[in-house]
Amino acid sequence: MSACSTDVEPAVVAVKEAGAGLGMALWATFQRDLVGVARRPADALTPLVFFAMVITLFPLGISPEPERLAWIAPGVLWVAALLSALLSLDGLFRADYEDGTLEQLLLAPHPLSLLVVAKVLVHWLTTGLPLALMAPLLGVLLALPQGSYLALSVTLAVGSGCISLIGAIGAGLTVGLARGGMLLSLLVLPLFMPVLIFGTGAMGAALSGGEWLPHLAVIGAMLALALASAPLAIAASLRISVHG
Amino acid sequence: MRLCLEARQLACERDGRWLFHGLDLILGAGDVLRIEGPNGSGKTTLLKVLCGQISDVEGQVLWDGRALPKARADLLANLLYLGHAPGIKAHLTAMENLRWYQALAGHRCSDRELGAALAEVGLAGFEDVVASQLSAGQQRRVTLARLVLSRHPLWILDEPFTAIDVDGVSALEQRLVEHAGRGGAVLVTTHHALANVPGLRRLSLSGPAREVA
Repeated sequence: MSACSTDVEPAVVAVKEAGAGLGMALWATFQRDLVGVARRPADALTPLVFFAMVITLFPLGISPEPERLAWIAPGVLWVAALLSALLSLDGLFRADYEDGTLEQLLLAPHPLSLLVVAKVLVHWLTTGLPLALMAPLLGVLLALPQGSYLALSVTLAVGSGCISLIGAIGAGLTVGLARGGMLLSLLVLPLFMPVLIFGTGAMGAALSGGEWLPHLAVIGAMLALALASAPLAIAASLRISVHG
Repeated sequence: MRLCLEARQLACERDGRWLFHGLDLILGAGDVLRIEGPNGSGKTTLLKVLCGQISDVEGQVLWDGRALPKARADLLANLLYLGHAPGIKAHLTAMENLRWYQALAGHRCSDRELGAALAEVGLAGFEDVVASQLSAGQQRRVTLARLVLSRHPLWILDEPFTAIDVDGVSALEQRLVEHAGRGGAVLVTTHHALANVPGLRRLSLSGPAREVA
């Protein structure tokens, strides 16, 4: 190791230890992605328009009778919201992968599992949350009975958080593939099932005048579990995709 | 801590072919090392191994005497890596791209400093132009502005001269020399001769990996 002499080294370029500036990096990444969505609103609007289009197909395809629509409304709204969120997941890391910024993110001196949370948070804020806020409007279209609108919005808001986190694992695994979208669906749809079951369960309870909060609590527990474990899996999946 | 990147008996095989084997390397303060070799000889792979991106190789990479992946976090805190892709977001302005990189590295920079760095690489007046409207060479220059602001001791640059014009090439060469003079180290792959870099070390990957005089 004698070749690495230290005596002659002018300390202009200081060698330092890792670990400082994590908050700044997280905030900058969050802000960067949010600006990205604001500059290209079409990317964020597509899942919302898709959601609305799918919902309008049901009265046309099944029957415009309010009784029948009201019966299928909770399930249809939840499934359509799931598929809309899925539609946007494929692009979560793809642009970053293609322009090389994902590689730079992996080389940042911070835990990748935390940096990706900033990205997933932006995804939820621009996809999951708007879907949850929009769902009651589409519920009117399906003659969803009064009294279940709050349950719909709240469960979708919490549930879509799980979907963004779990879906990001699949998005990370398929980001290196040219046509990863279909594979992504196959990978993550089975993982969405528990969220769907408790989401529609909450709706059923709200419609029958029962307690829907216990269902929400279960979805909340899933979100807590996903928050704790998914970031590590997302980071690992990105490393596999980028480094082979 | 001190600047010392070392490789011991590195060997990498891809598709039944050895890209390099028995490769030893020590890079310390003040060194500029150019990695040479024809296309497909493993230059980029070697750079990725040395910064811990690829780990399924034989041999060891050490930072400051400690082996990766344990020393990876410390290595990354001191590393500026420019890859093949410019790493520029098309919908952000030159300034915003640069600001994100500085924040990611944990360096607080004022807009004045960022603007000065962009002016330094010949992008004065393009600060608020979105990157998608810049030419390939200008996008590459935004990336090079990171070198102006860099406080990282170790630079690993993969073909940094791509799409850069003649003036830009000599300015970049000068920047590498200055960085080495300040006690930094540069590891670079390029097909340029780097004739103006005094004390340039060269490592050839054609044939058995070895340093050439």
